[in-house]
Amino acid sequence: MPMFNQNEILDTIHMIDQQHLDVRTITMGINLLECCDSDPKVACRKIYDKITCSAKDLVKVGEDIEAEFGIPIVNKRISVTPMALVAGASQTEDYTPFAVALDRARAETGVNFIGGFSALVQKGMTPADERLIHSIPSALSETELVCGSVNVGSTKAGINMDAVALMGRTIKELAARTADKDGFGCAKLVVFCNAVEDNPFMAGAFHGVSEGDRVINVGVSGPGVVYHALQSVKGQSFDVVAETVKKTAFRITRMGQLVAQEASARLGVPFGIVDLSLAPTPAVGDSVARILEEMGLETCGTHGTTAALALLNDAVKKGGVMASSHVGGLSGAFIPVSEDEGMIAAAQKGTLCLDKLEAMTCVCSVGLDMIAVPGDTSAETLSAIIADEAAIGMVNAKTTAVRLIPAPGKRVGDTVEFGGLLGSAPIMPVHPESAVDFVRRGGRIPAPMQSLKN
Amino acid sequence: MRAIVTVIGKDQVGIIAAVCALLSEHKVNVLDISQTILQEYFTMIMLVDASQTDLPFAGLVKTLEEAGQERGLVIHAQREDIFNAMHRI
Repeated sequence: MPMFNQNEILDTIHMIDQQHLDVRTITMGINLLECCDSDPKVACRKIYDKITCSAKDLVKVGEDIEAEFGIPIVNKRISVTPMALVAGASQTEDYTPFAVALDRARAETGVNFIGGFSALVQKGMTPADERLIHSIPSALSETELVCGSVNVGSTKAGINMDAVALMGRTIKELAARTADKDGFGCAKLVVFCNAVEDNPFMAGAFHGVSEGDRVINVGVSGPGVVYHALQSVKGQSFDVVAETVKKTAFRITRMGQLVAQEASARLGVPFGIVDLSLAPTPAVGDSVARILEEMGLETCGTHGTTAALALLNDAVKKGGVMASSHVGGLSGAFIPVSEDEGMIAAAQKGTLCLDKLEAMTCVCSVGLDMIAVPGDTSAETLSAIIADEAAIGMVNAKTTAVRLIPAPGKRVGDTVEFGGLLGSAPIMPVHPESAVDFVRRGGRIPAPMQSLKN
Repeated sequence: MRAIVTVIGKDQVGIIAAVCALLSEHKVNVLDISQTILQEYFTMIMLVDASQTDLPFAGLVKTLEEAGQERGLVIHAQREDIFNAMHRI
């Protein structure tokens, strides 16, 4: 009797070699509150020093673990304290230099992304929050791989419609400033409702104020593995489908937990959470849409898609929860259109539309993600889309997000290419009817009832 | 440190000998071997002890991978922990 099970070993090898199993990211969260200074230059120097010192071994440790365990670790990333909280102490109007400091620290440490050019304004905006949001178009267009996010709503606070209106204009301006790259800057900006403090995924990662000084969070991936597992239960009942997804999610998450523990021990940084997510990539065979189609739908986006996604999302969580000591982040199936080969195909065919995607976000993590819309979409329409999505998050007590790219000069029928993990996006139509008067009202949408749920 | 070495490829003379010679050269002790032919493909799985190896583990991984490529084989070396984590509760 050998001391190992041959089938299990070959299963793992096949998952990695042929089914795109990988750890999407090891993300180190770093607290920057101590870097506050009335002199913005001093603050930026402190920020650079703290990040480069804290994360100096992050990339090397990630690569070592990758080599020893034979698991691809696609990205190493850093998230920091929402920058409005740090920059607010400095006497300056323009926060762009803070983003530049983040980008320099990112380049020095060699990580793939750095996130946290962020503000939390679900109830109201401080002068610092306003300055940060006004700085977003220059900050994200003048830096390379800095990501930003703004939380405009929550279940407890309601939706800040002034911030929603401002974000529509901000997205338009950011798109205009990166028009030479089809509005690529907008791929680095997320508008949240119920943002979480320990999310390892970009573009929405930031290091929340309730976190410790440093933390290691890991995001797993594995749509290809789930898809492959479902191919072996063709035609069987949903009970079998759910069980199959759960078992697969358990294995994927255990791998993430192992990587998280190793990284935490080697870096001497506490382990935070594993994010139980199915994160697709544009590669063929690594698509969430194809999982939904494998359940029996001709094309993702047709009737039945929401139910299929609800089952998938829930089973991923149920399987993953037992595999990890601490689960957090966004945890669920992602449906970023440009980053998912099957979603791209369904959108090009016209089956998958914005309205169906909105319905899908009611039952999955996270929201309207990486969707390219016509360049002439108005700021108010973008704000109205954000408001709709925030309302879904607010009422259902879940995180929702909007990452829209109004690609300058592009129309329905065109495609924009972002490359790498961000993929390519067919321009999807938006409703032409105006929401201008709705968005201009401003104020706040009150927090919803938490009882009498119907 | 215990690791799993897997060798997958078209069957040919001397695969086991070549892999074992390479492991021995780098002071890696073979604890267990299982070998089968699956659909004309040679599949060997070895449990090894790499605690005395003269290479950093990542270097051993690379050496085996390159030796495999010369013979048209895919050779992986991975720490045993990954398989235990994924398949044992």
